[in-house]
Amino acid sequence: MSALGVVGGVVQPVLIVAGSPLLVGLMRQVRARLEGRAGAGVAQPWRDLRKLLRKERITPRGTSEVFRFAPLVLVATTLVVAVVVPFVATESAVDPVADLFAVVALLALGAVALALAGLDTGTAFGGMGASREMTILALVEPTLLVAIFALSVRVGSTNLGAIVSSTLHDPARVISPVSLLAAVALIVVIVAETGRIPVDNPSTHLELTMVHEAMVLEYAGPDLALVELASAMRLSVFLGLLANLFAPWGIATEATPLAVLIGVLALVVKVGVLGGLLAAGEVFVAKLRLFRVPELLAGSSLLALLAVAASFFLA
Amino acid sequence: MLSLWRKIRRTGRVAEPPPPLPEGERPERAALLGGSVQIRHVDAGSCNGCEIEIGSAFGPVHDGERYGARLVASPRHADALLVTGVVTRNMAEPLRRTFDAVPAPKLVVAVGDCARNCGVFAGAYGVAGAVRDVVPVDVEIHGCPPRPEAIVEGLRKLTGR
Amino acid sequence: MNLAATGMAAVVAIGLVTALLAAVVPARSAVVGVGTAVTGAAAVVAGAAALAGGSFSVVLPEVLPLSGVALTLDPLGGLFVAVTGGVAVAAGIYAMSYVDSLDLRTRGVQVALPLFVVAMALVPAAANVSTLLVCWELMALASLVLVVAEHRRGPRVASAGRWYAVMTHLGFVSVLIGLMVFVAHAPDDSFAALREAGGRLSPAVAGVVFVATLAGFTSKAGIVPLHAWLPRAHPEAPSHVSALMSAAMVNLGVYGVVRVGVDLLGGGTAWWWLLVLALGAVSAVYGILQAAMSSDLKRLLGQSTTENMGLVLVGIGAAGLFASSGEHTLAALALTAALLHVVGHAAFKTLLFLAAGSVLHATGSRDLDALGGLRPVMPVTTAAFGLGALAASALPPGTAFVSEWLLLQALIHGLPAGGVAAAIAMPVAVAAVALTAGLAVATFVKAFGVGFLAKPRSGAAADAHESPFTMLAGMGVAAVVCVVLALWPAGVLPAVQAAAGGAAVSGDVTLRLSQATGALSPLLLTLGLLAAVVVVAGVVRAAVARRARREARLWDCGGGPMSARMEYTATSFAEPLQRVFDDVVQPELDVDVSHHQESRYLVQAVEYRRKVPDRIERRLYEPVLNAITAWGGAGRRLASGSVHRYLGYGFYVVCGALILLAVTR
Ligand code: SF4
Repeated sequence: MSALGVVGGVVQPVLIVAGSPLLVGLMRQVRARLEGRAGAGVAQPWRDLRKLLRKERITPRGTSEVFRFAPLVLVATTLVVAVVVPFVATESAVDPVADLFAVVALLALGAVALALAGLDTGTAFGGMGASREMTILALVEPTLLVAIFALSVRVGSTNLGAIVSSTLHDPARVISPVSLLAAVALIVVIVAETGRIPVDNPSTHLELTMVHEAMVLEYAGPDLALVELASAMRLSVFLGLLANLFAPWGIATEATPLAVLIGVLALVVKVGVLGGLLAAGEVFVAKLRLFRVPELLAGSSLLALLAVAASFFLA
Repeated sequence: MLSLWRKIRRTGRVAEPPPPLPEGERPERAALLGGSVQIRHVDAGSCNGCEIEIGSAFGPVHDGERYGARLVASPRHADALLVTGVVTRNMAEPLRRTFDAVPAPKLVVAVGDCARNCGVFAGAYGVAGAVRDVVPVDVEIHGCPPRPEAIVEGLRKLTGR
Repeated sequence: MNLAATGMAAVVAIGLVTALLAAVVPARSAVVGVGTAVTGAAAVVAGAAALAGGSFSVVLPEVLPLSGVALTLDPLGGLFVAVTGGVAVAAGIYAMSYVDSLDLRTRGVQVALPLFVVAMALVPAAANVSTLLVCWELMALASLVLVVAEHRRGPRVASAGRWYAVMTHLGFVSVLIGLMVFVAHAPDDSFAALREAGGRLSPAVAGVVFVATLAGFTSKAGIVPLHAWLPRAHPEAPSHVSALMSAAMVNLGVYGVVRVGVDLLGGGTAWWWLLVLALGAVSAVYGILQAAMSSDLKRLLGQSTTENMGLVLVGIGAAGLFASSGEHTLAALALTAALLHVVGHAAFKTLLFLAAGSVLHATGSRDLDALGGLRPVMPVTTAAFGLGALAASALPPGTAFVSEWLLLQALIHGLPAGGVAAAIAMPVAVAAVALTAGLAVATFVKAFGVGFLAKPRSGAAADAHESPFTMLAGMGVAAVVCVVLALWPAGVLPAVQAAAGGAAVSGDVTLRLSQATGALSPLLLTLGLLAAVVVVAGVVRAAVARRARREARLWDCGGGPMSARMEYTATSFAEPLQRVFDDVVQPELDVDVSHHQESRYLVQAVEYRRKVPDRIERRLYEPVLNAITAWGGAGRRLASGSVHRYLGYGFYVVCGALILLAVTR
């Protein structure tokens, strides 16, 4: 465990926890502006969270500890990812966990906890959300892993630190067809996993079109705050991952205050820009029907397979 | 897509400059919410005139969201109920249950004359009463239907922004 | 006599004594349970001793005619003996009270259980073809008796027994043919002689031997397309037997493939292993797809066995492919991943089947659409199943996560190594493994979430009760093994690597690949997760206003009350997946709308029926079955019951024979 790793392991989770509600605020603000509205301000999600923490906790009758612990597990998985993935510093605090497969599986574990909570309520909407979320998760997995495959083949490792520092040393790779194909595939995956348009609409009020919201309809107060914080964190973690897999520049390679500061700023800028682009893109597309989503995901896994093929035949 | 982009560019910002913060006393519990109010809308028996005005209160021109109010899909997520219309007999119990489902601290806003005092439907056979008769009301908004400005003003009493 | 030999002797002795006692003692179930568990423990000891390097071999020429019985235990066999023993320990303890309650106390069934365990433990220890085949057949017969044990419960059990009997014997014939061809090219039928002859076989003969044995062995492992018996027989057997079959017996199919393909035939050519890889990938995806659609708890688990054996074959195929292109470290890595998955699968499948048996025991139902709400009434079983589901779904901190991680590492590092064949096979294999992992998550969320959480969907589920102590203890044994494997896989890795014949992974807390940069520490990951949970819980507790938790009615949109009929069922849970994979599974839908007499615009009732048939079965087996039925029909026309006709047949045959003789002479 190096000094740089420790610094990263402390700075990153703080940054992600503090920054991800702001990212959501930023994305809502971008959307509001494009719609001609004024918007509630970037800090509104934090106000929402503060208020939710002050509210009463509610246990719906007939739910078990699965329902009660799911928000904790959801936040905890994302927090572990925030600690280990090289977001700010190239070295990881817990290197043997900073593996792409492990990170992906951890994030999936959070989704599973929430799906079980949805089923645990025994409401029709909870079950519906869980079923849809699991369907999407199952279909996303091949794309995700094959895209990872494409990225890690040249490095010879799925260790995130290794991938990031190898891209750092060889910037030409970023514009290779492998990277571009894998990047497109990963973007589709991230849109699906974080429940953004066109796969899911985070601000829908229509239960029948919900995926993520349907599972959390029963949560109130602090539990809801955790769920909302976790989904904001997942969004920033995924965007940060995307940013650092393909454009790791600015990331700290030594443990000096200046380098870490630059690393923090670089991450904030990169994730902010990606989030802004994502929000702007959402204005232009409509939500897909649920049963058109697999076509989108199949297309993206094809891109990922092409990326692997390219990495072999163009190498 | 390009045409949409051009339209966005051409239209620019349509939200009107915010009016000054409304006078009048705020419900005490609203201060606890700290500028963030999630709202669950309940139609207790309205003619849907009020709904149209609520819709435009959250549209681009009046933009209720900029003051920290937001419509949500479940009373569990809500801080305030926005009740429209007279409370019909069939909706009295669901309204009570919705109120019960909201985690404390919670507020109720009665929108429109029907919700305040049964309005034009006063004395009709299917009416159980005004909203006040079923759940405690904190803020009332006049009008049949109320103007979106009035609805936004009522909501700003909750958010304090 | 070393420890391994003593252990194996104990296995045989205790197993046979238990079987004998089962035949005479009145209070059979406890005796059989304890005896089976002790037999299993002896097998674990023997296997562990063999893995630690203490192999032995004995030849008992008198026991069998021709070549006699020859037993030996090398590390590869030792691993399978140990796994079988471990499953038997849990199943034996569990059986003590499970059997009492379900009227399984008939003598034959009780005798068959220890014999089944002994036969399974002897298969990997066989050192010549005759011993292998005899033990293989003994294992098949004992398990057949156990599968049909509850034949009074309905015609489905009998039908499952028939399927099993036919397919297992066809598999046996296939293995027999393969090995006989092999033996014909060797001086005698001992494995040592075969091993020596294996290298000298012509590619054509070796190919025939490999394909014939592969067909036989994979049919035992439930690999597509020879899987049709598995989702029938495994669920219909009593649950502890299901565990033994699904967690121990299927492994022996894998053992056979490795023993013959890698050991005796010495590796062979690349196309063998591409075939194995393809079979594995197809089985994995197809098996889990069937499981995802299934709403029968035990059937779902059976189909997931096909999936897991498919994953194991992917590993073995990759290992063979790497070995044939000279990448021996990578081959060892892939084989290690495959064998570790065998061990992990044995642990969690035992746990899952025992928990499913506990549910069956308490509710009399294994239909997920009629279960639910078991959490308050069966807390231990619910926890056990939850743990098993986590272990099975390749999520951290689960058992399968570690082995699938190793498998993916092997596949990824194989791309630069294996040439064009690998360049096509590896990405597709990764995609298949990933799709399998994703679908497995959905499947087990369904099984656990619908089966155990929420509200009970039937009276039987609402009146359920927790199982007796010994059943819980049996589950406990399996659960502990699952947890250890998940958190500290390094504990069994040396053993697995000894069996795989090469060290590709090192490390204690952290697993490190020795050839490439790659590391994973399941323990640190779990600790990190726990720490994060504690931190988050603490922060929330500090930040939250001190308000009491309030219990409130479920949000039912103000209407209600919400009934269990409004819940999502397993069928509805799987519906989106079923639609997505419409072209693959081809479900049969049947909607009947009956109208009122007065007007056809008024609907009186709508009936909706849906079935997800096994499509491979339909395409492959039905034509064969129809042909056989047609044959039988033709045969029946010959046998009309008239004595004169039969005499006539005899006459014609004699005449025919005479003419034939006259012509050929
Ligand atoms: S107040 Fe007027 S607009 Fe609103 S519900 Fe009543 S009648 Fe309709």
